[in-house]
Amino acid sequence: MRERLRRIAVLLGVFLKIGAFTFGGGYAMIPLIEREVVEKKKWITSDDMLDIIAIAESTPGPIAINSATFVGYKTCGVFGAMAATLGVVLPSFVIISVIAAILTQFQDLEAVRFAFNGIRAGVLALILKALWSMYKKCPKSPVAYILMAGSFIAAAFTPVDVIYIIIACAVIGLVTSLWMARREQT
Amino acid sequence: MIFWELFYTFFLIGLFTFGGGYAMLPLIQERVVQNGWMTSEQITNFIAVSESTPGPFAINIATYVGTETGGILGAVCATLGVVLPSFLVILLVAQFYEKFKNSRIVAGCMTGLRPVVVGLIGSAVLGMVSDVFLPASLGGGTLFEQLTAMVGTVAFYASVIIFLLMLWLVFKKKAHPILVIALSAALGIAGGYLDKYLI
Repeated sequence: MRERLRRIAVLLGVFLKIGAFTFGGGYAMIPLIEREVVEKKKWITSDDMLDIIAIAESTPGPIAINSATFVGYKTCGVFGAMAATLGVVLPSFVIISVIAAILTQFQDLEAVRFAFNGIRAGVLALILKALWSMYKKCPKSPVAYILMAGSFIAAAFTPVDVIYIIIACAVIGLVTSLWMARREQT
Repeated sequence: MIFWELFYTFFLIGLFTFGGGYAMLPLIQERVVQNGWMTSEQITNFIAVSESTPGPFAINIATYVGTETGGILGAVCATLGVVLPSFLVILLVAQFYEKFKNSRIVAGCMTGLRPVVVGLIGSAVLGMVSDVFLPASLGGGTLFEQLTAMVGTVAFYASVIIFLLMLWLVFKKKAHPILVIALSAALGIAGGYLDKYLI
């Protein structure tokens, strides 16, 4: 019992540190998690870590939360999961709450407005880069290209709810991949 | 009630985001702008803030939108909302994760979800293009009117130059996002005052 409590406390501490010191979110966090819980604490094997990344990618929600919850659960059950998730969320929460107040105060200043005019152009470049790496990770099949184009057009030019587009593409992906698997068998 | 709205909206955002990070951008743009909580320009600005502060984008934006619309309690509701789907799904998956890992159904859904994320971020980018090159300060009018009003202003050329420069830095020089943002800010300020005092 004592050992468990101690572990939960350590888990919270480790993820507070990870939450406070990773810039760029999700994927940037993985090497830090690996170093802390695989190499230093040896709570998890590096094979498990690979599984965790794969699962974090194929479940809903941000990678950071998914992997924190999973690592916490594997080390210390539900309370471990809570501690790790709280740890990874808390630093962002505190920092952004403070920044939100500052931002509202200064956003009408002329220099700040000019700065953000420039920043938006830079952000556009950053998002294009994110888009490019997502594209590279994508399967390159005719179905994938059709879904890409279809979801782009539906989201950009029609009033269809984004959530329906996501559900429809998941179903189409499922049906076509099962169909292709069956065709290969026969 | 605003707190329930925040929780519910960010719960949906958390539930339908696959692949993390900017995959949630289209949903955020749609829901948050629709609810009138924030303009899309403000969201684009906030991406820069999130890149320059620690923590995942999802948590940062939930906390920010929550604080702006419902104070500290709003921030708690939005953040809890965006975290909860991940948390619950992972607890569930952890029970039978060997099965989940090898599931053809999960793999099948992912073959559809990876491309949809690309398409949706693509549409978010399209929305951002107008935030960058046609800022809201221009006022209304048709796209053509806005474009003709914009071309010829210093701000427009400043945006184009900054964008191209940053594109080169990001893709060719693999520059760190914080450097990109700091440089863009500096150039934005320089461009703004140049416009105001010299031209």
